[in-house]
Amino acid sequence: MSAAPSGAAAQDLFRFVLRLGDLSLVLGQRLGEWVGHAPALEEDLGLANVALDLIGQARLLLTYAGEIEAKGRGEDELAFLREHGDYFNAVLAEQPNGDFGRTIVRQVLIDAFQLELYERMATSTDERLAAIAAKSVKEVRYHLRYSSDWLVRLGDGTEASNARVQAALEALWPYTVELFAEDELDRSMADRGVAPRLSDVQAAWSARIDAILAAATLQRPKDRPHAWHGKRGQHSEHLGYILAEMQHLQRTYPGARW
Amino acid sequence: MSAALPADGRVEAAWKVLASVDDPEIPALSIVDLGLVRFVAERPDGTLEVGLSPTYVGCPATEVIRESVETALSKAGAGAFAVTQVLSPAWSSDWITVDGRRKLDAYGIVPPDRPAASLREVLRGNRPVGCPRCRSTDTECVSEFGSTPCKSLYRCRACLEPFEYFKCI
Repeated sequence: MSAAPSGAAAQDLFRFVLRLGDLSLVLGQRLGEWVGHAPALEEDLGLANVALDLIGQARLLLTYAGEIEAKGRGEDELAFLREHGDYFNAVLAEQPNGDFGRTIVRQVLIDAFQLELYERMATSTDERLAAIAAKSVKEVRYHLRYSSDWLVRLGDGTEASNARVQAALEALWPYTVELFAEDELDRSMADRGVAPRLSDVQAAWSARIDAILAAATLQRPKDRPHAWHGKRGQHSEHLGYILAEMQHLQRTYPGARW
Repeated sequence: MSAALPADGRVEAAWKVLASVDDPEIPALSIVDLGLVRFVAERPDGTLEVGLSPTYVGCPATEVIRESVETALSKAGAGAFAVTQVLSPAWSSDWITVDGRRKLDAYGIVPPDRPAASLREVLRGNRPVGCPRCRSTDTECVSEFGSTPCKSLYRCRACLEPFEYFKCI
């Protein structure tokens, strides 16, 4: 067992683990909005199951974050009682579902990111993160299988379905830049071997996305400089609405349990 | 209340108790059949420790299983015990026992192909899945996800019956 980090190192690790956990939590919450509304029962089940896996990842990560912080906060306190400025997910995860095609585009972009990140993080110097990544990546493979299969069907489908997913891709693409924008925290995690270099993750992600887009007959949008800093707690207006719904019960009835 | 577990062979007796705990989603199988029990050990202080692995990180059955294990051990008079979650190495469908695979098949769920699929196979491959009723391999996947994350939905083109396939992970 590696010794638990303390001081500044613990503070960094805490924030980094929240970045990962919040991405899964917010995306899982978004996908949950589809329950009862998906275009077919199979997709209702599919999206709900992916949401469940993501919330499972978030539980493991937020529990770990709470232990690192060592202030007595567990997964529930971190999920239900933090303000939006203390959430550190990339803003792509909080973008609205839109139509089914737009949800699928967002899902492919994030599934491929999590796949390449977790594959590499399974050998993290942080044993706990390595275990969570190794466990989660097996599920993420099936998420990407599901989402990329749908993207190919929609992109290579009718003129109308192609136009809709291409438009969704254009709209969401700018947000992908943030996933790979390496800041000091990402750098220090990579230096310590806790996480992979984001440039390595990006190269693998990019190749995988190109192959999926080619099969889906979709055009890859051009990269543009990004202006989003969800990883630093600066979010789009959408996160507030997500938290209002997700946190309502715990804030109204503090400590309520099932 | 039944009698306490024998002090001699307490670990073996605990394994027997665990083998009687059914999976809440697939009651035809015990949690031992599914390979969810990773170890049973006696700590120096006499606490019996049971290591359990979740199949999927978000599987709601995980907590039910933990509670069932605690109930079963208490009822059997296991004495002081602790249930620990084991994440690493991650649970694999390869750990479903031979007996478990037979039971799955008899229950109408196609057991997972072995060995567990690689990344490339998950993303590209489609190994043929045989119908558990008529054994035809002329089947199609209807949905990647079924009633639980661990299964996908299939349909047999020969006998037209729907069935579930336990995914390899």
